[in-house]
Amino acid sequence: MNKTLLPEISFAENKTAAPKTLGPLTEGLQEYTGTWDTAQVVHLLKRTLFGAKSQDIQYFKSKSLQQAVDELLLPTAAPSTVPLNNYGTGGYTDPTGVALWQTWINTGIALADKDLNLKRVESFKTWWLGQALQPSRSIHEKMTVFWHNHFAINTANSGDKLKARFWYDHYLTLRQNALGNFKTMAKAVTLDPAMLYFLNGDTNVKGSPNENYGRELQELYTMGKGPNSKYTEDDVKAAALVLTGHTVSPTTFTYFFDAGKHDGSNKEFSTFYSNKIITGYNGAAGAGEVDALMDMLFAQDELAKHICRKIYRFFIYYKIDSDIEQTVITPLAQVFRSNNYDIRPVLSTLFKSKHFYDLVYSSACIIKNPLDFVIDLCNEFAVVMPDPANNEATYAVWECIQNEAREMQQELGAIPEVAGWYAYYQEPAFHELWVNTATYTRRTVFTDRMIADGIMNNGQTIVIDPIAFASQVPSPGNPNLLITDSLAILLRYPLSESAKEFIKRSILLSGQYQDHYWTDAWDAYIANPSNAGNKAIVLSRLKTFYKYIMNLPEYHLC
Amino acid sequence: MQRRSFLKQTIQGAVLPSLLGGLSVKAWGNSPFLKALGAADNDHVLVLVQLSGGNDGLNTVIPLDFYSDYNRIRTNIAIPESKVLKLNNNLKTGLHPSMTGMQQMYNDEQLCAIQAVGYPSPNGSHFRSMDIWLTGADSEQYLSTGWAGRFLNQQYPNYPVGFPNDIMPDPLALQIGSVLSPVFLSPTGFDALAIDESLNFYNLIDAIQDPVPNTPSGVELTYLRTIAKQTNKYAEVIKAAAGKVTQQAPYPADNFLAAQLKAVAKLVAGGLKTKIYMVGMGGFDTHAGQVNGGNTLTGNHSALLKQVSEAITAFSADLKFLGVSKRVLGMTFSEFGRRMQSNGSLGTDHGAAQPVFLFGESVKQGVLGKTPDMPASNQAIDNVPMQYDFRSVYSTILRDWFCLPPQQVDNVLLKNYQYLPVIKSTACNMDIQDLNNLGDNLITNYPNPFTNSTKITFKSAGGHTLVQVFDTAARLIATLADQTYAQGTYTVTFNSSTLGSGVYYARLQNGSLQQVRPMLKVKG
Repeated sequence: MNKTLLPEISFAENKTAAPKTLGPLTEGLQEYTGTWDTAQVVHLLKRTLFGAKSQDIQYFKSKSLQQAVDELLLPTAAPSTVPLNNYGTGGYTDPTGVALWQTWINTGIALADKDLNLKRVESFKTWWLGQALQPSRSIHEKMTVFWHNHFAINTANSGDKLKARFWYDHYLTLRQNALGNFKTMAKAVTLDPAMLYFLNGDTNVKGSPNENYGRELQELYTMGKGPNSKYTEDDVKAAALVLTGHTVSPTTFTYFFDAGKHDGSNKEFSTFYSNKIITGYNGAAGAGEVDALMDMLFAQDELAKHICRKIYRFFIYYKIDSDIEQTVITPLAQVFRSNNYDIRPVLSTLFKSKHFYDLVYSSACIIKNPLDFVIDLCNEFAVVMPDPANNEATYAVWECIQNEAREMQQELGAIPEVAGWYAYYQEPAFHELWVNTATYTRRTVFTDRMIADGIMNNGQTIVIDPIAFASQVPSPGNPNLLITDSLAILLRYPLSESAKEFIKRSILLSGQYQDHYWTDAWDAYIANPSNAGNKAIVLSRLKTFYKYIMNLPEYHLC
Repeated sequence: MQRRSFLKQTIQGAVLPSLLGGLSVKAWGNSPFLKALGAADNDHVLVLVQLSGGNDGLNTVIPLDFYSDYNRIRTNIAIPESKVLKLNNNLKTGLHPSMTGMQQMYNDEQLCAIQAVGYPSPNGSHFRSMDIWLTGADSEQYLSTGWAGRFLNQQYPNYPVGFPNDIMPDPLALQIGSVLSPVFLSPTGFDALAIDESLNFYNLIDAIQDPVPNTPSGVELTYLRTIAKQTNKYAEVIKAAAGKVTQQAPYPADNFLAAQLKAVAKLVAGGLKTKIYMVGMGGFDTHAGQVNGGNTLTGNHSALLKQVSEAITAFSADLKFLGVSKRVLGMTFSEFGRRMQSNGSLGTDHGAAQPVFLFGESVKQGVLGKTPDMPASNQAIDNVPMQYDFRSVYSTILRDWFCLPPQQVDNVLLKNYQYLPVIKSTACNMDIQDLNNLGDNLITNYPNPFTNSTKITFKSAGGHTLVQVFDTAARLIATLADQTYAQGTYTVTFNSSTLGSGVYYARLQNGSLQQVRPMLKVKG
């Protein structure tokens, strides 16, 4: 499959007015030993989890920086649930006999019913969103999203060609390797049925090779397009030949090596790969050439740098100048190589580094992607989720959140480009591409609705309870502390003292000058929470307060 | 008036739904049918001036007819009789000495004061009482929409979908210099935008428009702010309107309210069709130091009223200079007035009813209502008894300034309220009776004083007639009549056997008329 054409959107309107000249970089990968307090914890959690929850902030503050990072990098168990039939409604019945709220993953091998398959693909995507929503103190699901962006697929492009089960297995492949070894993952993805179909490996055969995967393997997944990545068109062709015969069984729909379709000749690579020759084999032995290919790719210094740049752009900032290249990317790539491409040492080094905790440089500079924007809000405001045993309600809420992120131009399982979401590769704007006049409006409408009456889908409503959120800060009755402590969770960009004063006076004090008016209102509410009048007074002000915060451009940064 | 309301009903009720289904949003605004719909199809503008904190009414509109009572109950803060500013054709009341500008406006027939505006059973919380004033709720009612929001929603029902359009190319309402007020909450969200007094969106305070640092977050914040500004569909029309006005009459310096009103004048004269503006200032919560000891002409309250008066006076002069003075009506209000008696800290505590000012060329000169009773038995907790419901002011503005049919007025305010004869009949070509005839005793009681009960006799001119009884803290004790009566004299009984002794007020409301009768219950 070829890359789709760039859609006709103008990047011109997204140009930043201010020149992107930044102050000098002062800190590199040396281990950070400075202050470990709320600001550092919130920064770490917002970057590695979906939002910084109040309890998680307290929890990780009680640990050392090293303990906190180590714990965040612990893999978590595979999901305890599987995608369910959420489509058997409105008179529709799964023709293979899967009842509503039963899983479909082990049934319906045949692809004859494209309509059914698309329904299952939607069910899978909704369920994946649900996995990202699960409460967790591990980076695992976020890292899975990172690798999803790296090995980008789009079910919308091949949904009717690929069994929904393959997409589900693909997710499991990414997840299983997300915090493991990158070399292992690269091979697993190469032989993953979803990827074999998606980039035409299934039809890459001796005599008429299909170069699609051989190209993307080098251009996107391993070498990248950096200035020192100098693989050639012939290398693309040679890699494609190595991969001939790796396909998916048309009967069992599982990966298999079709030796008869494999090109057994020797494959010669360019000087970039030191004129490497991968010896060709006929018969079953030909399957082993893929390991030689991986060894060759992973012998290149450029590979580790490419992956480290992508990690940097995802977790720190998109701008990589020569300073960052020297002080962060190069040493980080060295860590990657010296750990035999294990992923966790790289993340550990980065999240414990002085550069990461140089909050002046590295904080509040990522424009949240839509998934983060919607899920962070749900987590940070502890939006009440339905009982997990109630499948109908649970899927209704997952769909609702999925719809919101989709409207803001991000959906799991539907990345528009094989290179990933634009925001992670499209120079020079990068993350800024998430936000334009249309999506900014969507984001504001989302936050406004969440703080007003909530958003409803299929009878389920998700809504922010501002009183519950305010109640969890240590001194909600003190308007100054309520503002400071709320902002510590919600905003990484610091508001000035006069801005806080303005918020206090205009909103919490309704124009009054004395703090006790808010304290009195809060105390009256606490003393008698069932009194409608007491509640209305604090509720309306808290709603206005949090709406105001979420309407600030600063709220989009993390 | 009648023709328009007919058109509106016909089109909205019958023709419109079938038409709209097939038309794009863009076509919508251009539809000739819809052009006939511009509900507030006059060019009238309302400017709400919110004085936050609870303005002390008795030191703003000062009683001259009962000056000695006034002086007795608030000796430490009373304004000397000779210093009270006199009003033409009105010997009963005067203005605070700081308000020379508004005195002149009054004498020029551009100012009207309504005495003792409030609501039954007042709430002493700044927050709750402000919410009541802004939403138009009863004391025990919690509304999620504001009165202006309901009005705008009725006139422009689908906002913001399909807006801006040819009928309303401009923001429906603008709030200057603050976060959006609940007054603008409509069933579909806020029907207003907030801008600062220098007419920028999103830059509500200096702090938030600080130059960003030269860091990655500074770069990204600048980008986000740029997008946020582009997102606002109204930024250009506001800029264009402001750009048309290059010269304005002078405004006082260092006066925040004046700066806001100057921005309003600019936008009105620049041609915005925006119906409602809201401006405001705080600091009226004068529990202490309302006056300086030894010189009651000075102190916080004096400075505040000077700012208000100078700002409104300059605004009026500017509107005239810009040739748009006929289009603008202003209204000042606070969340409550203050207690009748002063306290020991040279201040006053939270009260209830307050005077409301209306200003503009269309208001009738006058002080509507009476000086409140300040009997010798007056207690520290006693409030100014309500004479006019604050929603009567709104209903009057809606009917006599925005020219809404009475049925629509009732829909906006969720109930029927009396109309007050404070806006000239020419504004909406209304036939407004001049009924401010307070000489007649329309409501009396006998016996008085009384013990267990007293008979209240009232005259109705016909139509809806309301008789309420309040205590001195302005709590609603009883509603003795609340229905339509034929013209005539009626008697009802007020049973007071379970009540404590003291002063009670019987209030009559009938059409534009209202009267309050003090009654005294004594121990049996």
